[in-house]
Amino acid sequence: MIDRRFIGWRSEPVVVEVDKGQLRLFAKAAGETDPIYFDEEAARAAGHPSLPAPPTFAFCLANLAGQPYSYLRLMGVDIARLLHGEQAFEYFAPYHAGDALMISTEIAAITTKKDGVLDLIEAHTDAVNQRGQLCVKQRTVLIVRNEGARDE
Amino acid sequence: MNDPVRWEAGAELPARSFGPVTRTVLALYAGGSGDHNPIHIDSDFARAAGQPDVFAHGMLSMAYLAQYISGFVSADCLRSWSVRFTAVTPVNAAVTCSGRVLNRDGREVTLALIATVDDGTQTVIGKAQLKL
Repeated sequence: MIDRRFIGWRSEPVVVEVDKGQLRLFAKAAGETDPIYFDEEAARAAGHPSLPAPPTFAFCLANLAGQPYSYLRLMGVDIARLLHGEQAFEYFAPYHAGDALMISTEIAAITTKKDGVLDLIEAHTDAVNQRGQLCVKQRTVLIVRNEGARDE
Repeated sequence: MNDPVRWEAGAELPARSFGPVTRTVLALYAGGSGDHNPIHIDSDFARAAGQPDVFAHGMLSMAYLAQYISGFVSADCLRSWSVRFTAVTPVNAAVTCSGRVLNRDGREVTLALIATVDDGTQTVIGKAQLKL
């Protein structure tokens, strides 16, 4: 069971530069074909200052900041037992290649289901651009499977 | 791109398939997303963790759903959305996205979204708010 003292824990804010090559690789990996995600001219023709970030890219920011699973490590969670339970995004302003986003995550809740077989961690992450504008809010629920944990 | 959608309550959006989610796709997505959890890319690790094989990142299916939506409207129309991952997507599965208009109020549209894999298992269910 995960220590409840992590409820309310907040990560140190970290700045992530949105990299053109990373956006292209993300779009390619997701099978994206829309040229606005690969070609700056196409992006500009569609009214973007540079390559836009696709809608789910914000989830990657914490990993790309070089802090993958930071709170999971603190909590002692084994990533082999991790499942993604829920994900939500709320968009406030678009962001593009060349923007620098400051992200911070707060642990909003830790709950247990199925008599301790599952722990649920709910994290809220905000991303704010270099002009101080809120771009995107995220809610993430991670599920930690505890079954068999005592066999080890 | 697609036939025009009737943006009114009850309208079904035409389904669209993505993938298959090969090991190459999983390796690319690990690099593209920065999520290097070996459960998605290393079969030995996945088996040691009690899984039959690697399985896809949930966020890859959500990225497919985002593309599904942007096949009908600009991605900028997507204001907010939330999904629940209800089953894992096995390696080599094709992911089929479908949607239905739940509600329309002026320019505001609420969509129900579902992703399924080849055997019909529902892997993602969600709702999206669009502003047309």
